[in-house]
Amino acid sequence: MVKRWMKRLVPLMAMMVLFLTGCDFQLAGALAPKGPVAEKQLELILWSLIVMIFVLLVVFVLFFTAIFRFRRRRGQDNQIPEQIEGNHKLEATWTIIPIFLLFIMAVPTVALTFNLEEEAQAVEGQRVIKVVGKQFWWEFTYPEEGIVTAQEVYIPVGEKVVFELSSADVIHSFWVPQLAGKKDANPGSKTINYLYLQADEPGVYKGKCTELCGQSHALMDFKLIALEKDEYEAWVADMLLTAEVTAETQLGAELFNAKCLVCHAVDPGMSSVGPNLNGFADRMYIGGFIDNNAEKLAQWIKNPIGMKPGVTMPPFENELTTDEINEIVKYLQSLH
Amino acid sequence: MAHAHAHGHKKRYTGIMDWITTVDHKKIGILYLFAGLLFFAIGGLEALFIRLQLAYPMNEVVSAQRFNELITMHGTTMLFLAALPILYGFFNYIIPLQIGARDVAFPFLNSLGFWTFFFGGILLNLGFITGDGLPDSGWTAYAPLATEYSPGTGMDLYSIGLQLSGIGTLLGGLNFVVTIVNMRAPGMTMMRMPLFVWTAFITSILIVFAFSALAVGLLMISFDRLFGGNFFNTAAGGNEILWQHIFWIFGHPEVYILVLPAFGILSEVIPTFSRKRLFGYTSMVFATSIIGFLGFMVWAHHMFTVGMGAVANTMFAVATMLIAVPTGIKIFNWIFTMWKGQVRFTTANLFAIGFIPSFTVGGVTGVMLAMAASDYVFHDTYFVVAHFHYVIVGGTVHGIFAALFYWFPKMFGRTLNETLGKITFWLLLIGFNLTFFIQHWLGVVGMPRRVYTYLDGQPGWNEMNFVSTIGAILMGVAVLLVVINIVITLMKPKNAPADPWEDGRTMEWAISSPPPEYNFKQTPLVRGLDAWWVEKRAGNKEMTPAEPVGPIHMPNGSILPFIMSIGLFIAGIGFMYDTLWAIIGGLAVLVICMILRSLIDDPGYHIEPEEIEGKGVKA
Repeated sequence: MVKRWMKRLVPLMAMMVLFLTGCDFQLAGALAPKGPVAEKQLELILWSLIVMIFVLLVVFVLFFTAIFRFRRRRGQDNQIPEQIEGNHKLEATWTIIPIFLLFIMAVPTVALTFNLEEEAQAVEGQRVIKVVGKQFWWEFTYPEEGIVTAQEVYIPVGEKVVFELSSADVIHSFWVPQLAGKKDANPGSKTINYLYLQADEPGVYKGKCTELCGQSHALMDFKLIALEKDEYEAWVADMLLTAEVTAETQLGAELFNAKCLVCHAVDPGMSSVGPNLNGFADRMYIGGFIDNNAEKLAQWIKNPIGMKPGVTMPPFENELTTDEINEIVKYLQSLH
Repeated sequence: MAHAHAHGHKKRYTGIMDWITTVDHKKIGILYLFAGLLFFAIGGLEALFIRLQLAYPMNEVVSAQRFNELITMHGTTMLFLAALPILYGFFNYIIPLQIGARDVAFPFLNSLGFWTFFFGGILLNLGFITGDGLPDSGWTAYAPLATEYSPGTGMDLYSIGLQLSGIGTLLGGLNFVVTIVNMRAPGMTMMRMPLFVWTAFITSILIVFAFSALAVGLLMISFDRLFGGNFFNTAAGGNEILWQHIFWIFGHPEVYILVLPAFGILSEVIPTFSRKRLFGYTSMVFATSIIGFLGFMVWAHHMFTVGMGAVANTMFAVATMLIAVPTGIKIFNWIFTMWKGQVRFTTANLFAIGFIPSFTVGGVTGVMLAMAASDYVFHDTYFVVAHFHYVIVGGTVHGIFAALFYWFPKMFGRTLNETLGKITFWLLLIGFNLTFFIQHWLGVVGMPRRVYTYLDGQPGWNEMNFVSTIGAILMGVAVLLVVINIVITLMKPKNAPADPWEDGRTMEWAISSPPPEYNFKQTPLVRGLDAWWVEKRAGNKEMTPAEPVGPIHMPNGSILPFIMSIGLFIAGIGFMYDTLWAIIGGLAVLVICMILRSLIDDPGYHIEPEEIEGKGVKA
């Protein structure tokens, strides 16, 4: 037999569970904006949240009042309640007030949507970085500086940047949560998109692909690195210098040219089927998410698909000996 | 209509043949219900595997490819093969009873609709058996991932299976529209229809338009995949964005197709268990119509990040936000139906009442998503996943379970176990909130949708995903309890009265549980809204008849719909595997059956008054 207090406890626990599910609040991503676009978007979200919480409160209060106050009691079986058809005043109220609430949310929405589009129009002298999404990595081209790189995109702090987004294969989507909302990277020349953002603080910002693009959609991470202006210039200069081949890396370079150059350019300004590897030694990750060290690099070259499902790069474990792979690793680790 | 009294004979089928050949809306309703519940269980298992994989970072429960197949199948199965068919089960069984009719307008078509849906559902899931690959590009199947970049037969199962299943849905929608317009009992004006019938009507109109758009889109995908078409191939002059427009012009009405029937169910259950009429009936009818209409005007809010420009984005944003107004009106009308009533907390009513706060949470996140500039943050993240599960589970699923517990005694002659039902309700409530509430947070801190895994070390991600998985397991247990409840209840004797909830207001509660084959001995006369309640208040024990007792004209069953669906199934497989004999053979079966149906006149049979006045004809 279910005791009365048990019946009261279950709903209470249900409600507590709801609150507990929100534990471990850490402000990150879009909740920790570091640039003006993300800040404005978060403001709009918080404003809508406040209005919506008000609506929820009204509904919940009315709802719980109704089910507690008007629950059937003993002895009521023979009384039929009054059959109320409606109430015009009430119905008008809950039509007009929601329309008003929508209005005060719609106005800032329209304003910000137009504002973001205006800012994304490239103006004379505006820095535009071309982004091409490919299964499953990101290629970044700096037309003015003549640099083609991959996986890590550098920008100067405090300056507005416009990204030109497109794809070489399927639809991807370009998102740096702490700096701006996302925009899709579409294949084809008629559907190129422009996204503007700005970083107000130096740092390494996570980037994610946000459109299902195949098996390794989950692993198509990139990094956006914001540097102070002088450091940024230093990076540009560094990227334009090609690494020298020394006696140490001679064999590795030859093997690389024979086996890898066909897909991976090392020339600072050249695009290729696979990521441009100029400056690879300075990159934090292999394939966007694997720690960049000798051991992992060798593993990657042997069998990339085993580490990142669905990648286009073929395995080399049957084409190169372990020693040859280690030579290539040494060469790659010299590419600063 | 018809030649008056052409004498035909009743074709007698028994057992399985009876169910395969039936054109009786009640049996077809039960077929839809059980087929839908079966696919619901399959979709639920897929969800469990998804959450098991995501319980830990870099987990290896399933591979990336398998995961993408699971999320695709989970979405496709739940929306097309579970939710809508279960709702069709209730439409089929209950609508003729509520309008005082003996069957739907086109009983043969009704059967055809079921079997094409069923075989389409099998085709969609065939990959589990053949091992040849399953659909894997998301239930939204964006091009060119779904076309050029998915070689193999996986996505063909999607484009052809869904095409076949969609034919069934389209036929059903058509049938219900005609039934509701043409076959209401005398005295039942449109504004005296039960609200469940109204929502079924608007939903069916949406289905006729939306599923037609889907059929076209799926045909275009099939052309690109099988016949060298280039609709969505930019390199050859096509445009991948075109698919998104066509899909979402179907896809947005689709979600209203899923939720409007739940609104209708609530509008039956809440008044019954409050002993009070629905508050604001007229505004409910208008609100439903406006939601249906506006539902076609908002599709591009799924495409805010595609790059359509600020003018398009803001127009769709405002149109989408407007839908909140009629929806809010409904919420308040249900609350005020209970106000000053005498609310009884049966399981059916718990689910109906539980809908209100849960769906409202989903609704408010929907408004947040409608604001285009905010959506740039939310789009394709777990925030969206949280939103739509709140409106689907908090909305449609609650409506489905409310309907199940409410109408089970009418359909099967026994009432489901209330204790088990209440445990189910609380488990589901706790489980689904545990699973999805935290996903709002996960989305805004940066977790995209459709990711087969996530990296370790992202603050809070491991814990939040783990909690979400626990919730999913609780939901699984809740659904298991429903299955157990159904099984043990079906083993009990059939002894439910006509009006087991005692306060039934609509005409299905005026006839036995389950009803006889012909539903009403005499077509009833409808004397007001809530026709049965009106009769009860006037002291009558039965509906006032609108005609004398006479022979009742009934349609004969037919094996043809079953065979036609098999023909289409075989043709579909033929297209997929480029096998000419299967294509021609399957289509030939279809055409022959259509010719047979057209040329052989089957006038049905009559039930004579002597049979009715006696024990009544076995249902």
